[in-house]
Amino acid sequence: MKLELRGITKRFGSLVANDHIDLVVEPGEIHSLLGENGAGKSTLMNVLYGLYSADEGDILLDSVVQKFKGPGDAMAAGIGMVHQHFMLIPVFTVAENVVLGNEPTGALGILDLDSARKRVREISDRFGFDIDPDAIVEDLPVGSQQRVEIIKALARDAKVLVLDEPTAVLTPQETDELMGIMRGLATAGTSIVFITHKLREVQAVADRITVIRLGAVVGDAKPTDSAEKLATMMVGRAVDLGVNKKKAVLGSTGLSVKGLTVIGDGSLKVVDDVTFDVRGGEVLAIAGVQGNGQTELAEALVGLREPSAGKILLGDLDITDSSVREIIDAGVGYIPEDRKKDGLVGDFTIAENLMLNKSFGPPWAKGVQIDFANRDRLADELIAEFDVRTPGRETMAKQLSGGNQQKVVVARELGRDLNLFIASQPTRGVDVGSIEFIHERIIATRDAGKPVVIISTELDEVTGLADRIAVMYRGRIVGIVDASTSRETLGRMMAGATV
Amino acid sequence: MNADSQPTTWSTAAKEIVSGGAFRAFLSVILGFIVGALFMVFSNEAFLNALSYLTARPTDALGAGWTAISDGYLALFRGSIYNYQADNFVAAMRPITETLRFAGPLIAAGLGVALGFRVGLFNIGASGQILFGALAATWVSTRMTLPWGVHLVVAAAVAIAAAAAFGALVGFLKARTGAHEVIVTIMLNYVAAGLLTFFFRQDYLLREADGGGTPKSDAPAETAQLPTLFGDSFTLHAGFLLALVGVVIYWWLMERSTIGYRFRMVGHNIDAARTAGVNVSRTFVYAMAASGAFVGIAAVNQALGARAGLTPDLDGSIGFDAITVALLGSSTGPGVLLAGLLFGAFKAGAPAMQVIGLSPEVTGVVQGFIVLFIAAPPLVRAIFRLPPPQKSTVIADWWVGLRKKKVAK
Repeated sequence: MKLELRGITKRFGSLVANDHIDLVVEPGEIHSLLGENGAGKSTLMNVLYGLYSADEGDILLDSVVQKFKGPGDAMAAGIGMVHQHFMLIPVFTVAENVVLGNEPTGALGILDLDSARKRVREISDRFGFDIDPDAIVEDLPVGSQQRVEIIKALARDAKVLVLDEPTAVLTPQETDELMGIMRGLATAGTSIVFITHKLREVQAVADRITVIRLGAVVGDAKPTDSAEKLATMMVGRAVDLGVNKKKAVLGSTGLSVKGLTVIGDGSLKVVDDVTFDVRGGEVLAIAGVQGNGQTELAEALVGLREPSAGKILLGDLDITDSSVREIIDAGVGYIPEDRKKDGLVGDFTIAENLMLNKSFGPPWAKGVQIDFANRDRLADELIAEFDVRTPGRETMAKQLSGGNQQKVVVARELGRDLNLFIASQPTRGVDVGSIEFIHERIIATRDAGKPVVIISTELDEVTGLADRIAVMYRGRIVGIVDASTSRETLGRMMAGATV
Repeated sequence: MNADSQPTTWSTAAKEIVSGGAFRAFLSVILGFIVGALFMVFSNEAFLNALSYLTARPTDALGAGWTAISDGYLALFRGSIYNYQADNFVAAMRPITETLRFAGPLIAAGLGVALGFRVGLFNIGASGQILFGALAATWVSTRMTLPWGVHLVVAAAVAIAAAAAFGALVGFLKARTGAHEVIVTIMLNYVAAGLLTFFFRQDYLLREADGGGTPKSDAPAETAQLPTLFGDSFTLHAGFLLALVGVVIYWWLMERSTIGYRFRMVGHNIDAARTAGVNVSRTFVYAMAASGAFVGIAAVNQALGARAGLTPDLDGSIGFDAITVALLGSSTGPGVLLAGLLFGAFKAGAPAMQVIGLSPEVTGVVQGFIVLFIAAPPLVRAIFRLPPPQKSTVIADWWVGLRKKKVAK
């Protein structure tokens, strides 16, 4: 089915979220909508899906003008949408989720689950999804849950499939698998709108690319265009995609981890006898597929998890059994992987978030009272220094874009004297411009002679930032290698192969 | 800031007020009074009689309805603010002082519940904390002999400390065992009520000197009574001033102090608080102790404001009214103060409504509906056709500003 958007304009009060956007998606085409967070991609897709009504412009399917009053109309017309956050009932089976809202019924309105199962199996087999219709959704890995969402759309005969930032939650492997699925669907004639801000994925899978910035179409691009060109179109200025760094000047050992073992929520060893050193002025990156113990390792280092064995030494200081606060006071800065859950208080202002772990004494507090004059001055300084784009320090953190939220976290952690800096997924869900900035700050911290530990599932980030790379697999460190190690070797190590 | 962005800022400000808590609370109060008016109209005999010949003479029904409403709310006004029918000044002013007297414990206990809300804790135990605090206060006020001044201060301090300890026990159980505070506080309400009755029944404990079988204590010793504020013609006592002091302390604690900052942090996002080095378990204990301490001020009001012996129902419905006060006051110091005054006025004014033959439960209905409307923001917005909360207003304005700059270039 051919999808055409003509001059779509959507205003929210004085804000023009979509400004006369034209978009044509041919049948069987993977059309990528590329833009930074907040560029207006999601608004456009919500207009297409009938969640918003456009102020101007038309939606055409096979050259027929459509009027959608709600998602029901859009679905009936053949548009399917896979949201960034899944709309699944965790305790239902795959088949139950797929037919939810459109249940096949037999006599007396009794649910006909058999035909639902059949439908799921049919679609799953046809596109190689490998999904069991009777599996409970919450037991499935994230990548499979996403496939359930796709099956849900296909089961309703979607001819146009919209995928909103589908790779944000996926591991590199799952991302590759998703791309395979997208190609299969396109070959079968489904038109796909692929919304993303990740250049590598666009180049890998898109047939055509439309770039939008600040609510308007900047232009079309080809997947063969260079990443630099795409990034420039997307951000509106030249972007340096690589990480520039000088040769590391190594100091003394800053962090020493010896035989660290952490028992997980079950009785499994999620971190298993991990040993490594990080010296001042060096970045050690911990690579690995999500869920191989990196999260728990980071949490053990900052005192959020209690190790069952082993030692953590910060210089000469043993912090193995120290509390989170003692570790913070010892000069450990930490960027948690889930900033919304662990890194920020959404309903606090930026100023309040900047003092989150510093409320116990000067300069942010005076006795038991917050030192408001100092706080406001320091907050303004940090906002300026770390380039947080905000109307002011009193803005709620939840109102900021992902990139700016992350800059607040980075500003808080780097805005004080550190002896060790740990960053877990420092640029996840962050726009290109902010990634560049955050990487610069991490390298600056290293160049100031601090030991830095980066935990990342993005191989580009790992190889760009690291001086040495430790690869984790099933809780163990498979090996610690030089940053110049090839992607192929690292990939094999991430699957458990020792060097 | 340039001139043409001024209107945007103003309209934004207007939107934020309209979608904000204070304005919605105000509208909820108005709606509550409207529901109360309907209640009065449809329970009015003259109106119901006039309804039977509505089509013949509709003005009769309208007139009767209007009379019912105005009579009812004028009685409420006379009973709670100013009695313009009174013969002398003292009688005319008594209603407002009664309102303040009733408001004192409501405000104090409301602050306690509000503090819990801000930390993400649902303290249903205000009733138990009042009873436990009053038990301790009564021991000091009837069983100890201390000089004038000292006696009152000691009794009040002991009451607040006891209520705080009773609250801290909840926090401790939650932190140590993971027990849910709602269950724990409800159960401790029974414990406190039983304990108090037991003490008031045993002659070797707190039973009044020459009492019979009913559980009742002696009146607090004169040296331990809260002094009246305007002489003996009015019952208003210094307990109200204590509640006002409580409001100021609450505001400082929650808005200015680092302890309150961490309370709010835990309330909004417990994971981020833990990651920021806050000891969450300990925070629960501190917060419940502080919550109990504010409720303790209500205990002081009830136990030391009395001039006669106390009975086990001395908490009245304060413990539960405190929850509604905290909700209506959106858990802020000034909000709780205003909400406490309003509900205090209801309590003071209800008897005056009864005098003119109206059911005093009307105020209870109004009170219930106000909080219902508070708890259902979309309902109020739908009735008044208010805009939805502007989640991205600030960022949107900033973005618009950015685009304008681009165009200017």
